[in-house]
Amino acid sequence: MGFFDRTARSLLLGEFVSSFWLALKYFVKPKATVNYPYEKGPISPRFRGEHALRRYPNGEERCIACKLCEAICPAQAITIEAAPRQEDGVRRTTRYDIDMTKCIYCGFCQEACPVDAIVEGPNFEFAVETREELLYDKERLLSNGDRWEYEISKNIELDAPYR
Amino acid sequence: MVEWNALWEGYGWPLTVIIGQILLVAVGVLVSLAFLLLADRKIWAAVQLRRGPNVVGPFGLLQSFADFFKFALKEIIIPDGANKGVFLLAPLITFVLAFIAWAVIPFADGWVISDINVGILYIFAISSLGVYGIVMGGWASNSKYPFLGSLRSAAQMVSYEVSIGFVMVTVLLCAGSLNLSEIVRAQKNIWFFIPLFPMFVIFLVSALAETNRPPFDLAEAESELVAGYQTEYSSTPFLLFMIGEYLNIVLMCAMTVILFLGGWLPPFDMAPFTYVPEIVWFILKILLVFFFFAMVKAFVPRYRYDQLMRLGWKVFLPFSLVWVVVTAGVLTAFDLAP
Repeated sequence: MGFFDRTARSLLLGEFVSSFWLALKYFVKPKATVNYPYEKGPISPRFRGEHALRRYPNGEERCIACKLCEAICPAQAITIEAAPRQEDGVRRTTRYDIDMTKCIYCGFCQEACPVDAIVEGPNFEFAVETREELLYDKERLLSNGDRWEYEISKNIELDAPYR
Repeated sequence: MVEWNALWEGYGWPLTVIIGQILLVAVGVLVSLAFLLLADRKIWAAVQLRRGPNVVGPFGLLQSFADFFKFALKEIIIPDGANKGVFLLAPLITFVLAFIAWAVIPFADGWVISDINVGILYIFAISSLGVYGIVMGGWASNSKYPFLGSLRSAAQMVSYEVSIGFVMVTVLLCAGSLNLSEIVRAQKNIWFFIPLFPMFVIFLVSALAETNRPPFDLAEAESELVAGYQTEYSSTPFLLFMIGEYLNIVLMCAMTVILFLGGWLPPFDMAPFTYVPEIVWFILKILLVFFFFAMVKAFVPRYRYDQLMRLGWKVFLPFSLVWVVVTAGVLTAFDLAP
């Protein structure tokens, strides 16, 4: 009996028809995907994206060249050189490089930083066409900080109660 | 003195007309193919709750043209061990064969490039030759995956052509002609998919297998064979393969429409339906069948190779053979044969 049952079912294409109907129902359902370049999904304030070096509101850079980030970086992507500044003799970095091809975006550098100078901002769209462009120097990081300062300070504020 | 006027009247003008018709059909088919490719991807995406290509042009309408330029401008890579001549000949064969089959397709009553009396045999022969492009491509690549893919594809296409042949024979018995236009005219009273419904289903499934569409895309099964016979192809040769493949799919849709869905005939021979031009009905029906093909791609899992062969030889072949006999018997018994 089982044989006839199975044969009849496969001859009548029961499974095919029902799955076609199911596919048709899914065909008219609203899309599940985000229309990416035009709309973006929400991002947590803790999101660890592209790095930035921040400044104080008076324009003085926050980094004091303590090199804690360089020490803790598990991928050894950060290189820092420090010297007293020409004008006032304050200790500052002369070189602050991050190799973004090495970086694993673990966020240890921003955890280690005592003055919230190096942070990972909300930007994740920094694809470039050559490898060299991903070797960020101090200038690039500071300009990132200037560009993303509003979002970054907002995120730090939102995350502060949990620290 | 040669009579130039007579020469022009006798040969020149008909030749010009034929070339014009060929260009019209070729360009029309190619342009509609670009949008059908997009429709295929869009339908596939919609079933999977995705958006599909939507960036190039409004609603992504120009995506296929962007793809065309991408393919055409890329470098042609020919593998070191490949047989150069055959390697480049294979996509050309697929492309040309896919095109010339359209010569006998009647788009409307009398709208056909060559109204030959063995149209269906011609289509059958052309689609059988199509396997050469694939086999040559797979063999000339001198690489393992293309070779396996082309072997599979050859066996698969040969197997399913047998049952397609029997399906065509039943239709011929009912229509009484090998001329595609005559077959359509024979469906004036009733479209053949109603009396011959089982054969209609078998034809649809075999058409999927014949064109290497999912669930029978074993020739280019991504998860097993990278891309099958297309693995080593890039740039324009790949484009030719791709166009050939999709042209074959649309051709199979057209064949389904001609053999079973009444070609250019309106669904009811009444006033509001007959106002619509015949070619519109033909195109609408092709789109309907194409929609079916695209949907099937989205929800059916791929067959295993032995299941594919079992279905072809142990289910479809005997089934269609029995139906040929039954149809012939009924037609003779009730004196219905045309």
